Amino acid sequence: MAAVLEAVPPKAPLQAGPWRRAGRRLKRRRGAIAGLVVVLLFIAIAVFAPWLAPYDPIETSWSAIRKAPDAAHWFGTDDIGRDVLSRVLWGTRASLLAGVVSVSISLLLGIPIGLAAGFLGGFVDGLISRIVDAFLACPFLILAIALAAFLGPSLTNAMIAIGVSATPIFVRLTRAQVIDIKVEDYIEAARAVGNSPWRVAFRHVLPNIAAPLIVQSTLAIAAAVIAEASLSFLGLGQQPPSPSWGSMLNTAKDFIDSAPWMAIWPGLSIFLLVLSFNLLGDGLRDALDPRQR
Amino acid sequence: MTFARFFRLLLPCLLLPAVLHAQTLRIGLAEDPDVLDPSLARSFVGRIVFASLCDKLFDIDEKLAIVPQLATSYEWAADGKSLTIKLRSDVVFHDGEKFDGAAVKYNIERHKNLPGSNRRGELAPVSGVDVIDATTVRFNLSSPFSPLLAQLADRAGMMVSPKAAQAEGDKFGTKPVCSGPFRFIERVAQDRMVFERFAQYWNKDAIHFDKVIYTPIVDATVRLANLKAGQLDFIERVAASDVGKLEAEKKFKVAHITEIGYQGITINLAKSELAQKNPLGRDARVREAFELALDRQGLVQVVMDNEATVGNQWVSPTNPYYVKGIPVPKRDIARAKALLKEAGVPNPSFTLVTPTTSEAQRLALVVQAMTREAGFDVKIQSTEFATSLNMADQGQYEAYVLAWSGRADPDGNLFSFYGCKQPLNYPGYCSLETDALLAQSRSARDPVERKKIFEQIAARVLKERGIVYLYHRNWLWAYNPKLTGVRSLPDGLLRVSGLRFAS
Amino acid sequence: MFDYLAKRLATIVPTLIFVSMLIFGLQQLLPGDPAHVLAGEEQDPTVIAYLRTKLHLDEPLPVRYGYWVGGVLKGDLGESIRSQQPVLALVEEKLPVTLELAVMAMIIALVIGIPAGVVSSVGRGRWWDYAANGFALWGLSTPNFWLGILMILLFSVELGWLPASGYVSPFEDLRANLAAMIMPAFVLGNAIAAVLMRHTRSAMLQVLSADYVRTARAKGLSVPVVVIKHALRNALTPIITLGALEFGTLLSGAVLTEQVFTIPGFGKLIVDSVFNRDYSVVQGVVLVTATTYILLNLFADLASFVVNPRLRK
Repeated sequence: MAAVLEAVPPKAPLQAGPWRRAGRRLKRRRGAIAGLVVVLLFIAIAVFAPWLAPYDPIETSWSAIRKAPDAAHWFGTDDIGRDVLSRVLWGTRASLLAGVVSVSISLLLGIPIGLAAGFLGGFVDGLISRIVDAFLACPFLILAIALAAFLGPSLTNAMIAIGVSATPIFVRLTRAQVIDIKVEDYIEAARAVGNSPWRVAFRHVLPNIAAPLIVQSTLAIAAAVIAEASLSFLGLGQQPPSPSWGSMLNTAKDFIDSAPWMAIWPGLSIFLLVLSFNLLGDGLRDALDPRQR
Repeated sequence: MTFARFFRLLLPCLLLPAVLHAQTLRIGLAEDPDVLDPSLARSFVGRIVFASLCDKLFDIDEKLAIVPQLATSYEWAADGKSLTIKLRSDVVFHDGEKFDGAAVKYNIERHKNLPGSNRRGELAPVSGVDVIDATTVRFNLSSPFSPLLAQLADRAGMMVSPKAAQAEGDKFGTKPVCSGPFRFIERVAQDRMVFERFAQYWNKDAIHFDKVIYTPIVDATVRLANLKAGQLDFIERVAASDVGKLEAEKKFKVAHITEIGYQGITINLAKSELAQKNPLGRDARVREAFELALDRQGLVQVVMDNEATVGNQWVSPTNPYYVKGIPVPKRDIARAKALLKEAGVPNPSFTLVTPTTSEAQRLALVVQAMTREAGFDVKIQSTEFATSLNMADQGQYEAYVLAWSGRADPDGNLFSFYGCKQPLNYPGYCSLETDALLAQSRSARDPVERKKIFEQIAARVLKERGIVYLYHRNWLWAYNPKLTGVRSLPDGLLRVSGLRFAS
Repeated sequence: MFDYLAKRLATIVPTLIFVSMLIFGLQQLLPGDPAHVLAGEEQDPTVIAYLRTKLHLDEPLPVRYGYWVGGVLKGDLGESIRSQQPVLALVEEKLPVTLELAVMAMIIALVIGIPAGVVSSVGRGRWWDYAANGFALWGLSTPNFWLGILMILLFSVELGWLPASGYVSPFEDLRANLAAMIMPAFVLGNAIAAVLMRHTRSAMLQVLSADYVRTARAKGLSVPVVVIKHALRNALTPIITLGALEFGTLLSGAVLTEQVFTIPGFGKLIVDSVFNRDYSVVQGVVLVTATTYILLNLFADLASFVVNPRLRK
């Protein structure tokens, strides 16, 4: 996961108002637009799940166990008779939440630490960098598993575990960007005028390093969705009876032969959502990198 | 062509069938066993491997009767405080050492004294072993103990080579030397365990394989895929949902064996103050209502695909010690609701701690749905195995889905669970009268007498409902149809004696 | 450059210390008492007490840390409580397996990723750009364990072409070994191929977007091979850096893939040991793999220096 999220940040000459130009470039990349559309579609599904789902996702039915897809149940039923379509629709919430919340945690923790490391330099930077290196040297999933096991199996704890495990990457990225930028004239000017370091950081530095962070966040959401599925696969994520695609896959793996539809639809959903975020992230990276006009 | 030349050409051809008959049996296990030392071993799956590696004094048969293995016969003293056992004289350990009375004494002492030995509790009443002669030993007991024979038919009766055990100490498990049909060759953790036929095995005519390889494959789907792809000859713990299709396809044989253990829900009665804070732990009527709200047959159908037998006691209804006077209760929602009303808690709520296994999760969900009809609000807390053990031990739970693999003697399913302060007594049940009855059931040797005592115990513990027994699962095995001689023993352990590939 | 090397080497020591503290802390703070887990079904209190003493569980955390680090410095990584094998022996046993899987996955990743990146950057905007993109992205977007199970069902059960699981040493039977490893290597390599593809493409585009190239293309001329080679050389730096990092990650074991394909490598060992609270194994193995990762990181940085003279200051 470490290198998956490792975006090699291009060294961009700073221009005022690049956002509109970026937006236009984004519109021209069809893959990214497709990705964006699908993401928005999933968000809509997550919001409107209660109205879209034909059945209650936790309602069981002893007579309809592991039924193949038919008119009554478009996606079939699962091992205790719940409607798979409804569970997939409701599960969108858990997966999107898992993606967004985890990355938000990473950003909330990672950016300030990265800013501190980049700005303050010296011993603080050295200390932070060594700790970050230590985190990155440990396998991501092991960190997440240990944290999730420590906190207890639940979707919230899985999100915290993934968020914390992914924080070092954002620290490193932010720090690298800050180091690049802090020698720029306008930053030095802002400092010289007497702005406090925090003000400089948030008002001047952050907007200019936002681009790679946005790209990274989008890709990180994709990776976080997969990480949630992995943790659920091991029993550490969303708890029954609430649906999440990852925990649905965990249950479905025992019935792959007898009821493959239990696994196909959540697997396909994960794939589509992650693919869309990846396409979007790719598109954003291309659009926000001024060298690829 | 001279005769000599002819023979020299013929000889390899004669040997060829022998070479072709170098047969390997490949077995797929559901977990990686722990240490291969009968004194230290602690897992169910390890016992499957021991069946090839280590012979025991006794064994059990399909009816749970004690049959001789390394021992030939036994005789209780009149007062029940000593057991004289006669041993085979033709047994040799894998390292060539002779098996005799001294070896038995050594082994029992090792089981009792090795630090970390898990057999101590099983052999607690054994105060010592006297070696009468090379083929006779006498077990001296501090008090009569009828489950002893059943213990000696399991790991406590396994005999390892004293010479190797002395040399290796507690590292013995890395290079076990026993007296079973196969000897240890190598073990790659989480990959495979390889055993080779032991040429001097006392029952070598029953052994038709040259090699046995055990491969742990945790995922049931992948394990089955291996069997279907021809990489394994035998797998244990087939998923219940795969059985229907397997039997319909008729390409593999399936064995269904009712286990000697059970699946149940353990309730915190008095293990910690948590018990009193919750209506389930506090009030016996709430527990009775809970049991009445369950449809055990429905559970078996939905959770186990009908691959289980409903039960309400620590032994299955087909077991000779089952108390027929307390049959499996039928579901009665009306009575459950009435009881809850009487107890003053129409909507009791509690948390059901559930292991993360597929079966346990399904069970919890179905129980949640079933009992909701009577007004119960069951919250499911999925807990990782290691954490849940701790919780149970400290009484930090209200209800807990817990299964037990079972022991041949009903005492093994009873004593540790209901005896005051016993290690597996998670409900925290304690009654001096029950303790006295338990002690009596251990001293009595006559099955009829023991049955009467068990009836009294059942009457006492079942109404407290510290453990609500749900069902007895089927051991599900699937294997290559060419494999014959598979014996369906209720302990779920495959015996390799008598197994062969039909030609 | 030696200056840089010396500085980097100096940072390795504190990093390793932090790694040891991190992995130790995470393991020891896990809920649940390992003595209970290791005491098996019977839960004999004497055994539990014995295990607690043996594992120093009643002593404070820093003391336990001291015991462990002391052992490590003497070359003793402890032993697995579950199987009693020394951790070092477990590492030696599983390293070749994980190494082989990692190497095969990297080869697959390079073989798929770099050409895909080249094709995508040269044929920018045309159908093979999308196709290459799509294929690489597919690898990145599918959960490993998911893809693994599907492949087993297709290639092993349905078609019978490949074994469903298990590992055979290449010295015993090379064909069987490759047959068993090809699916997990593909599952792993696919995801990395996507990353490599992206970076190859991005680095190549830096050259291919130069004015003179764009002019040539606008005129309808195809991009000369010499330019493509030049662009590729530009891409070498991120590829090496990334490749080394990914390889390092692979060496930590592909946790879920190994579980699904029953490959006895580090990943499976670590996960099982976490759940069994077999502390020494997790701590020892992660320490070894983390050290390897850090050294690979260093190697990658040095290699970039060599390849790209502009990085030398």
